[in-house]
Amino acid sequence: MQKVQNNKAWWLVLPVFLLVAFSALIPLMTVVNYSVQDIFGPGQAFFVGTEWFKEVLTDERLQDSLLRQFIFSGAVLLIQIPLGIGVALMMPKSGIKGSLCLILLAIPLLIPWNVVGTIWQIFARGDIGLFGWGINQLGIDYNYTGDTLDAWLTVLLMDVWHWTPLVALLCYSGLRAIPEAFYQAAEIDRASKWAVFRYIQLPRLKSVLIIAVLLRFMDSFMIYIEPFVLTGGGPGSSTTFLSQTLTTMAIGQFDLGRAAAFSLIYFLIVLLISWLFFTAITHADKEK
Amino acid sequence: MAEIQLKSLAHSYSDMPESPDDYAIRQLDHVWHKGGAYALLGPSGCGKSTMLNIISGLVQPSEGDVLFDGKRVNELSPRDRNIAQVFQFPVIYDSMTVYDNLAFPLKNNKVPASKIKARVHEIAEVLEIEDKLYKKAKNLTADEKQKVSMGRGLVREDVSAILFDEPLTVIDPQLKWKLRRKLKQIHEQFDITMVYVTHDQLEASTFADKIAVMYGGQIVQFGTPTELFEQPNHTFVGFFIGSPGMNLIEVQRCPRGVCFGGTVVALEPWQVDILQRTKSTNLKIGIRPEFIEVSSVASDDTFEAEVLDVEDLGTYKIVTVQLDHERMKVRQSEDFAASIGSRVHLSFPRQWLKLYVDEFLVQEQQ
Repeated sequence: MQKVQNNKAWWLVLPVFLLVAFSALIPLMTVVNYSVQDIFGPGQAFFVGTEWFKEVLTDERLQDSLLRQFIFSGAVLLIQIPLGIGVALMMPKSGIKGSLCLILLAIPLLIPWNVVGTIWQIFARGDIGLFGWGINQLGIDYNYTGDTLDAWLTVLLMDVWHWTPLVALLCYSGLRAIPEAFYQAAEIDRASKWAVFRYIQLPRLKSVLIIAVLLRFMDSFMIYIEPFVLTGGGPGSSTTFLSQTLTTMAIGQFDLGRAAAFSLIYFLIVLLISWLFFTAITHADKEK
Repeated sequence: MAEIQLKSLAHSYSDMPESPDDYAIRQLDHVWHKGGAYALLGPSGCGKSTMLNIISGLVQPSEGDVLFDGKRVNELSPRDRNIAQVFQFPVIYDSMTVYDNLAFPLKNNKVPASKIKARVHEIAEVLEIEDKLYKKAKNLTADEKQKVSMGRGLVREDVSAILFDEPLTVIDPQLKWKLRRKLKQIHEQFDITMVYVTHDQLEASTFADKIAVMYGGQIVQFGTPTELFEQPNHTFVGFFIGSPGMNLIEVQRCPRGVCFGGTVVALEPWQVDILQRTKSTNLKIGIRPEFIEVSSVASDDTFEAEVLDVEDLGTYKIVTVQLDHERMKVRQSEDFAASIGSRVHLSFPRQWLKLYVDEFLVQEQQ
């Protein structure tokens, strides 16, 4: 049979190509375009090459902000992943109690982010907030607007409250998917609770945990609204995370070139770390 | 090792059992003796697996007691009963290697490391998976996974009993036979009480010394393969054991015996005696296809029948005959020559002709 040479089939790819172009490529290229120019106003743009990138990478304010960001995301993962797994393990397997737990867990996830910030801003206040007032009543000096550590803890606590349920729900669904036979076999093999967790539950939670870790990393790495509402980045710049720094630069100072270069680096960091996580976890149990 | 006794056991999966149909197991008394190799044989859904899970402790019986060496263990978990169980479908710990899978029950029992190593290798050798020991268990084939599952059941030496719940379902036929032999060998070697659930009579009789046949949530007969074949206690045993199963014919009371259609079958005096004393009208006679004698000439105690079909199975023939309105199967040697449609004369040797009242065998009282 003769092979038909016909390149018209490429047209079939066109819709996808257009979609991706408009949704990702073109906006991204705009940013790339900004990042290599210095723009003073309409028609007053100068090509500056990698100037902005060099400047951004050596900017101490950004470096501090990046460091804070890493500490924050690290803390978020270290607290929320184990806590989420723990909550999922403790939840009732079925019945009305199980449903009730699911609903209660889902509530924080349904609250708009700026409302979450507002809730905690009031909740943690020493004068009128139940939480802040209570802590102060216990004799602990707590003031999240004045003390760096208190501010950090409050932001972390807020994020834990807001997002641990997501991890818990993911793990809960993962746990429910484990066939009863595995628990029966473990019972017969006289496995301890820890062994059941380590060798049955944890390996079978792997896929949902990959999702949980990636989602929590990306979200926490890009956190903006909640700390912005809660602490405004303060006291000083102690809770100013990357996205807030970026926003200030782009909108506050209208420093588009620098902000664009920064955006690209920011994007690459998120991409790189997500990729690292994913490869590390998926490669961990390949055949030796 | 332990003697396992079940006392007036009953189990229902519904919370409010009303009729006997709600019960998976009904009023069952049974003893599995120490060190025996037993099979629990029955059709799907007769309560075999339920019974196994009750013995191991995965299921709590609704009524009755489970005794290990005379001690009630109803409230004990499988862990505390120290029992091994192999499930129908492979359950492996897929993040571990084969070695770690096999070592897992031993590690949980705090067996010293040197002993674990020796024991794991011993079992791996028996199951012929030695070359796979350091592979990840999840990369094995279904066969191999089931072997690992079985290995985990066999690896502990101090268990009260090992329970097998149709363990060879996923294994291909060639290997099945071999593994069954292995299990038998392991039994002979270690002398552990083993209960093997299956719905395959061949599997049961190659593995077990004694077979318990289960039907409708009850054990209807417990005996050696020969006993089950020659003296089926219950019509179900007659029907289920043997291939083809026993010929069972519904009959009425007649003088000196029983009859169906126009045919009168004489019975032994003691059988007639018992027949006279029961009121039940649920009467059956049964005879195995192997025991019916066929001849071409009529005599006093033969019945004329028509040959409906002859199946040649290579080493023997299964002949379907019609006697009155009843069809029967007869097993004949290869040289059986009568053609379809011809007339033959059947006789039923007295010692092989069984009488069943209410589905249970009528036995001679000594």
